[in-house]
Amino acid sequence: MLEIVPVHLAPLELPLRLVSTPAGFPSPAQDDMEEPIDLGEWLVEHPAASYIMRIEGNSMSGAGIHDRDLIVVSRAKKPRPGHIVVALVHGERTLKRLRRRGDRLWLVAEAEGYPAIIVDEHVEVWGVVVSLARRFA
Amino acid sequence: MTAPVALIDCNNYYVSCERAFDASLVGVPVIVLSNNDGCAIARSAEAKALGIRMGDPVHLIRDKVKAHGIRVLSSNYALYGDMQRRVVAAIQPFARDFEIYSIDETFVDFAGFEHLDLVAHARDMSAQVRRWTTIPTCVGIGPTKTLAKLANAAAKKNPLFDGVADLREDATRDWVLDRFPAGDVWGVGRATAGKLADLGITTAGQVRDMPMKQARGIGTVVLERLIAELRGIPAMAVETIEPQRKGMAVTRSFGTPVDDVDTLMGAVAQYAMRAGEKLRQHGLVAGRLTVFFHTNPHKPERPQYSTSRAFSMQPMTSDGLALLAYARRGVERAWREGYGITKAGILLDDLIGEDLRPRPLFEDDGEQRARLMRAMDAVNGRFGKFTAVPATQGFRRGWSARSEARSPNYTTQITDVPAVRA
Repeated sequence: MLEIVPVHLAPLELPLRLVSTPAGFPSPAQDDMEEPIDLGEWLVEHPAASYIMRIEGNSMSGAGIHDRDLIVVSRAKKPRPGHIVVALVHGERTLKRLRRRGDRLWLVAEAEGYPAIIVDEHVEVWGVVVSLARRFA
Repeated sequence: MTAPVALIDCNNYYVSCERAFDASLVGVPVIVLSNNDGCAIARSAEAKALGIRMGDPVHLIRDKVKAHGIRVLSSNYALYGDMQRRVVAAIQPFARDFEIYSIDETFVDFAGFEHLDLVAHARDMSAQVRRWTTIPTCVGIGPTKTLAKLANAAAKKNPLFDGVADLREDATRDWVLDRFPAGDVWGVGRATAGKLADLGITTAGQVRDMPMKQARGIGTVVLERLIAELRGIPAMAVETIEPQRKGMAVTRSFGTPVDDVDTLMGAVAQYAMRAGEKLRQHGLVAGRLTVFFHTNPHKPERPQYSTSRAFSMQPMTSDGLALLAYARRGVERAWREGYGITKAGILLDDLIGEDLRPRPLFEDDGEQRARLMRAMDAVNGRFGKFTAVPATQGFRRGWSARSEARSPNYTTQITDVPAVRA
């Protein structure tokens, strides 16, 4: 037997605004979130001992380092022949390649027209160039 | 035997920072001026040799500057602060714990390193700082902080130590203490030194040997603690550094002492806005704010006042104006007339990621405020710090630093990095 029961439909008064329920599907990437790549971190491996400097001039263009480029200079890395270094030559900051010729060390440019500089008491190798940054646009 | 403590102190720190990037300053007399370009607060060895003293007002030494070609620089705290980070990073591998005591001094806890030749270890540490930063340092080692500080002064003064003095051996310690002026011992103020002199006590050795009863007569607990420390009994622990991110601080010293509440409020307002900016930069909110200010503790002859007020903030926030409201309340409550305030700051702790912040049930959506903060950040990012400011912060920045001969921010601004000839 069926009995008909009247149902009264009243509008619900709920403070809907207060409740925020996450809807939709959880992101499948949620558990695999990583930090975005930090280029600075890659360029500057050793922040406490690294210094950013700006290039003026073209004597190292053969090594791909041009006027206005930014370089990262590390004082944590021990300078060796073959490294591109920042050196103080009579107090002036200079970018050159450190080379061994015979039993002497030299600072050698990588472009035409720049004489090599012998490493003597007027020269202090300040740091090793570890990376380079350049913007195009 | 207590664990050895070392104090590593950078030589002529501000001058050394400047010389790291400007070779023309090497080998010539250099002085760095205080916040307001008022007086000499750092001197190269050459400037010291010319008789320039710490705190000499610049207008009184103008003739000397001209006659000897002394190079005069404004202070560049952005540079000194960045170099300090590097110095501390270089020290870190050499110790278990350390305490940054000032911008150029760090206490290093050598506990656990006793089996090493600590003098050699300290030399390695000093060499590492030099390698990474070019900055020369001296190290003092002792059984207590006071003796480490005294050892450091000895290492600086006496070339015999070659930059590292170890006062753990009785013989060396006695020798140094007997020659060390009582008034130069860390924590002995001018007043105390006078009272000691009246008792015929003029050397650190005599201070160490004075009866505790007599020290109590002079009246300070500090002096008693200091005597214990001179005897090799630690009375001050190395306070270790809070892990980063747990808290952040915006503090500054004033160029000239501030003695009115409006000026102080203006400065604190600026710090609050800056603190908010810092929080938003790191995507953090803070649950607790402390505002503090104090007079110059190194001038004990002037009236001293040091105070702070802390607030727990609900809801947690990164909103500069909310931080400012708490800071204002703190300053209003703590302000006393009649003192020359030389330093103020805001500390924030209980920091968590903005997205993890507990949300109160009935929070009005902060969207409007967040938009205002974003707009201020954008304006200030584009047109320079503090272009858009709340009116409390004021526009007449009487307390901000004058700086006419400041060096570039070599390590903190990409536009200021040193040039290299290629």
